Amino acid sequence: MNIFKKTIFSVLLSLLVMGNVNADKIRIGTEGAYPPWNSKNEAGKLIGFEVELAYTLCRYIGQQCVIVEQDWDGMIPALIMRKFDAIMAGMSITAERQKAISFSQGYADEVASLAVMKGSSLEGLDTPAGINLTKPNAEAKKALKTLTAALAGKTVCVQTATIHQNFLDSGDVGKVNVRTYKTQDEVNLDLASGRCDAALAAAVAFSDYAEKSGKPVVLTGPTFSGGAFGNGVGVGIRKDDTELLKKFNAAINKARKNGDISRIATKWFGFDASM
Amino acid sequence: MDLELMINSFPKLISAAVITLKLLSVSLIIGLFIGLFFATLRLNKNIFINKFAYGYSYVFRGTPLLVQIFIIYFGLGQIEYLRSTVLWVILKEPYWCAIIAFALNTGAYTSEILRSAFQTIKPGLIEAGKSLGISNKVIFYKIQIPIAIRQSLPAYGNEIILMMKGTSLASTVTIMDLTGVAKYIISTTFKPIEVFIVAGGIYLFMTFIIHNMIKFLEKRYNFNN
Repeated sequence: MNIFKKTIFSVLLSLLVMGNVNADKIRIGTEGAYPPWNSKNEAGKLIGFEVELAYTLCRYIGQQCVIVEQDWDGMIPALIMRKFDAIMAGMSITAERQKAISFSQGYADEVASLAVMKGSSLEGLDTPAGINLTKPNAEAKKALKTLTAALAGKTVCVQTATIHQNFLDSGDVGKVNVRTYKTQDEVNLDLASGRCDAALAAAVAFSDYAEKSGKPVVLTGPTFSGGAFGNGVGVGIRKDDTELLKKFNAAINKARKNGDISRIATKWFGFDASM
Repeated sequence: MDLELMINSFPKLISAAVITLKLLSVSLIIGLFIGLFFATLRLNKNIFINKFAYGYSYVFRGTPLLVQIFIIYFGLGQIEYLRSTVLWVILKEPYWCAIIAFALNTGAYTSEILRSAFQTIKPGLIEAGKSLGISNKVIFYKIQIPIAIRQSLPAYGNEIILMMKGTSLASTVTIMDLTGVAKYIISTTFKPIEVFIVAGGIYLFMTFIIHNMIKFLEKRYNFNN
């Protein structure tokens, strides 16, 4: 056998072996661009709350895991097309997404908030500290009215295909000029440059950016939860993959009982975001 | 295959294609002037002017269009001084950032296409004009430019089609062009295949129209027969 044939043979063999090895590993998709949920360090390694939690859950399941990077806007299609088996990417459980995929029980939750640059006219809005949109009370309805008036004609920036975009599109705060970006990083950049009058995302995404960049980004208005903002963040799984769903639900139960989720959450968020 | 989704998304994608065509036509018109300007600089005998024009086309043909858009949109947006100048009125808008990037990019390619077209003009034609006592200026506008445009039609037709496909990058700076709207529909339906097939079909149709327009012009201005 000459060298050429040998090379081809060994490449094919290694592909075959690799395929087999990957077959009993759970592949988990994450974005790697939404700190502190998931991000990358300088070396390009995936880190964050969900990366650490994923390995913990896999230990409880008793199977090995590989974490796969995937752009946010193709996350659900990639799951459906079997590029990986589960999503752990700060993805909130919403009715809209549940039409396409299943979710495990929620493992963490945190609120969304508007952010502006210091000195903006939108700073210091007269609203309660937080509103829940699942069954909005009088106070929440009044806050939405205040926001509608304040945001009229303003440009509000969000990452595409997020609960934050859904909320702005729902018309709850009237007709705002919504601009969508591929990543939260780009939203932060354009908020800082002044192209966006305000941005909407997870409150921690802004405080993380303000801390790391030193830019005067401040939160404004109420924090949002419920309604379009979904019911916590869970593991996204293909609808026909009921066995894996059961495994993840059981693993989350165990991890919660042992205090793992709140320990890891406190480490990455600075507060206990577990649920 | 979700046929219903394909039919429902068609009108939305068609109106987004209008934005794509607007981006394309505005940047092609500006790019044509830029290209013509730099092509004449390339023909200049002054070495500095010549090298300057060469440097422009070298940089813009040698870097990806996506990088150019990002530098103009996100890069220039980071310069605090720029944000206090009148330029920010234009650079604040994603639409104009995209137009600037597209026009500079297509301008670089157009300048090369026109330069080579100018250089194929037989010296005899210019000498004939001179011997009739026509001024250099008139020779340039009435003889060189029309011939150069005819010569460059096939290559320029390709450039239009490449640019048309290039406009899809406008969606990366928040513009809701054909690709941008397609991505938006996918973000709520999670069905990329159906939506991208319809969007791809619309792109293909636009290519078909542009291709035939160029073919018609080529036939009409063919002076070889």
